[in-house]
Amino acid sequence: MTSASSAEREQAGDGSGTSWFYNPRVRGVVFQVLVVAFLLGMLAFFAYNAKINLERAGIASGLGFLSERAGFDISQSLVPYTNDSTYFRAFYVGLLNTLLVASIGIVIATVLGFIVGIARLSKNFLIRQIATWYVELLRNIPLLLQLLFWYKAVLSVLPSPRQSLEPVSGVYLNNRGLILPEVIGQPGSSAILWALLAAIAASIGISRWARKRQQETGRQFPSLLVGLGLIVGLPLLAFLVTGMPVDLAYAELAGFNFRGGVVVIPEFMALLLGLALYTAAFIAEIVRAGILAVSHGQTEAAYSLGLRPRRTLQLVIIPQAMRVIIPPLTSQFLNLTKNSSLAVAIGYPDLVAVFAGTVLNQTGQAVEVIIITMLVYLTLSLLTSGFMNWYNSRMALVER
Amino acid sequence: MTHKLIPIVLGAALGLTATAASAATLDDVKAKGFLQCGSNTGLAGFAAPDDKGEWTGLDVSMCRAIAAAIFDDANAVKFTPLTAKERFTALQTGEVDVLVRNTTWTMSRDTTLGLNFTGVNYYDGQGFMVRKSLGVSSALELSGASVCVQTGTTTELNLTDYFKANGMEYNPVVFEKLEEVNAAYDANRCDVYTTDASGLYSIRLQLTNPADHIVLPEIISKEPLGPAVRQGDDQWFNLVKWVHFAMLNAEELGVTSANVEEMKNSDNPNIRRLLGAEGAFGESIGLSNDWAARIIKHVGNYGEVFDKTVGPDTPLGIARGVNALWTKGGLQYAPPVR
Ligand SMILES: N[C@@H](CCC(=O)N[C@@H](CS)C(=O)NCC(=O)O)C(=O)O
Repeated sequence: MTSASSAEREQAGDGSGTSWFYNPRVRGVVFQVLVVAFLLGMLAFFAYNAKINLERAGIASGLGFLSERAGFDISQSLVPYTNDSTYFRAFYVGLLNTLLVASIGIVIATVLGFIVGIARLSKNFLIRQIATWYVELLRNIPLLLQLLFWYKAVLSVLPSPRQSLEPVSGVYLNNRGLILPEVIGQPGSSAILWALLAAIAASIGISRWARKRQQETGRQFPSLLVGLGLIVGLPLLAFLVTGMPVDLAYAELAGFNFRGGVVVIPEFMALLLGLALYTAAFIAEIVRAGILAVSHGQTEAAYSLGLRPRRTLQLVIIPQAMRVIIPPLTSQFLNLTKNSSLAVAIGYPDLVAVFAGTVLNQTGQAVEVIIITMLVYLTLSLLTSGFMNWYNSRMALVER
Repeated sequence: MTHKLIPIVLGAALGLTATAASAATLDDVKAKGFLQCGSNTGLAGFAAPDDKGEWTGLDVSMCRAIAAAIFDDANAVKFTPLTAKERFTALQTGEVDVLVRNTTWTMSRDTTLGLNFTGVNYYDGQGFMVRKSLGVSSALELSGASVCVQTGTTTELNLTDYFKANGMEYNPVVFEKLEEVNAAYDANRCDVYTTDASGLYSIRLQLTNPADHIVLPEIISKEPLGPAVRQGDDQWFNLVKWVHFAMLNAEELGVTSANVEEMKNSDNPNIRRLLGAEGAFGESIGLSNDWAARIIKHVGNYGEVFDKTVGPDTPLGIARGVNALWTKGGLQYAPPVR
């Protein structure tokens, strides 16, 4: 076929007299347009069909419900929310709760995963065995069971409010959660925040400068220590200089539980613990594979240059391993985010529990709610992989 | 969980909902040879498998009565256990033919969900259960408490209204599955468990130490629980409605599972019409004329069912109270068969 058509084209004299019908470019475009139009048409057909069907079955449809009063309460909310807020606000609260547990979970899982992954390659028998057992145990038990286990464990370890633990004065721990004093900023307290931002900016600058200097002169600079010192020191200085303009509002035991303060609910602790520990096991395997993928010759070369094992790992192995690690690491981040929807089993008010749970049921608008929920997870996943792809392209081997 | 809800999106899009909703449910059920009944995941007294694995309970008996009326066989039923959240979707999409799952009849459910409630097989109200050791004797002392509740219920909304109306605060702890709520309350995560009072009596029996818990006297809402069907199928709506009425009329007329055969020869025209000795009432709902006799024979009248499943002599020990017949000062009242 191909040869025949190209022969035809040649006969016609390089396109001059060819009908557009035979032009591969035009054809390509036409087919793509047709496919897109077909898909859009199908989508429109489904949407229309759904609307008609819902109407015929007497089921309410549309997005109007989002601005109606929710009328139910949520146990954890990062933004002001009461039962007088709208369903849309409830959606937002659920979304933030999902983002909260997913982002902290990703950080913990990554740190722990790297530690365990490296530990699996340790020369120390005990460390290696512990890391191996950790990975094999956590990776092979279904996550839902682990979550239920951690929830049960958290609840049975913690005492009731009247017997609360008080690890630090003003901080209480019981089976209603971890209760921290609330930080209330007085006028002038914004200086502390600015100091923190300045410190972060300065440490980024210093580490850039240090890297450049090392590349040029070979001299090292303890940029990590200095950076940490700045980030802790500067805000502290600002705090003291401005005359400590911050009040702590302590929680007080009243009736059933503590009043006031900031509460980290046990559902959050259990979910975070479960998600982070589970995902860390997978990340550990990815890290181990990444390190093993760097040829042993690299280590030997580094040693013969006189680098110590620690520096070898830091400067030679890990940077090369990262190229292998990042793509599968991205999938683990996506998995953790999506797995956070198991929250509903242990009563953590994430997006699925609040929106695809309570809101769906109180409004009965399953079609709309499920589509919105799916779109949210899709967007979160695309954003995460977009970011990781960008990071990956920065880490990729730059061929000279 | 959510995965069970995805079919409704596809179903709606592909047009399955329309077929499910407009079809004559009775014909479908007859063709299948059994009734698919949406029930609880396990609430003793209302719907739970017994030690032989047989589903029993007040709501289960309603399903069995419908099956008996259609097939002359109370066992021609299959049960689909549904959580509070899944139940309406399951009915809307046609996964079940009828929903009998301690479901409160509310205006929005009766209208915007595309459902019709056929009656009230149990008049209930929402209550609170607490540990005796808390020393609480009234719901008005509950300010600041943590409250365990199941998602997708009227319970969740009444709770908010009640605390708000009384100027009290609380921390909700919301779960999707009944066993999760029970476990959390049992593990002392919450001070209070709230749901329909009938549910509280049943749940209390499943806790580690039932005697350590009390149900507070306040009833904070009206929870008329009843069977629901899809809108747009009047024949099926009538059938389910009249199955319940038949059981009430039977109790009122003194027809029981023990005497139903003799009663067919009764001189009382009310009884003769109910049991099909006179008139063609069964045909009017697409059944044979001995439809009510079949129900009473296999399942019993309303009073018998109540006593067997939740009544004073059962572990739940619930008094007839407002669920007594109107002739005995209760609310259960059925229109006459005529
Ligand atoms: N009547 C209320 C509540 C019904 C309800 O779901 N109650 C719970 C607690 S008693 C239940 O039966 N759960 C059993 C289950 O999820 O299977 C409603 O219709 O919203």
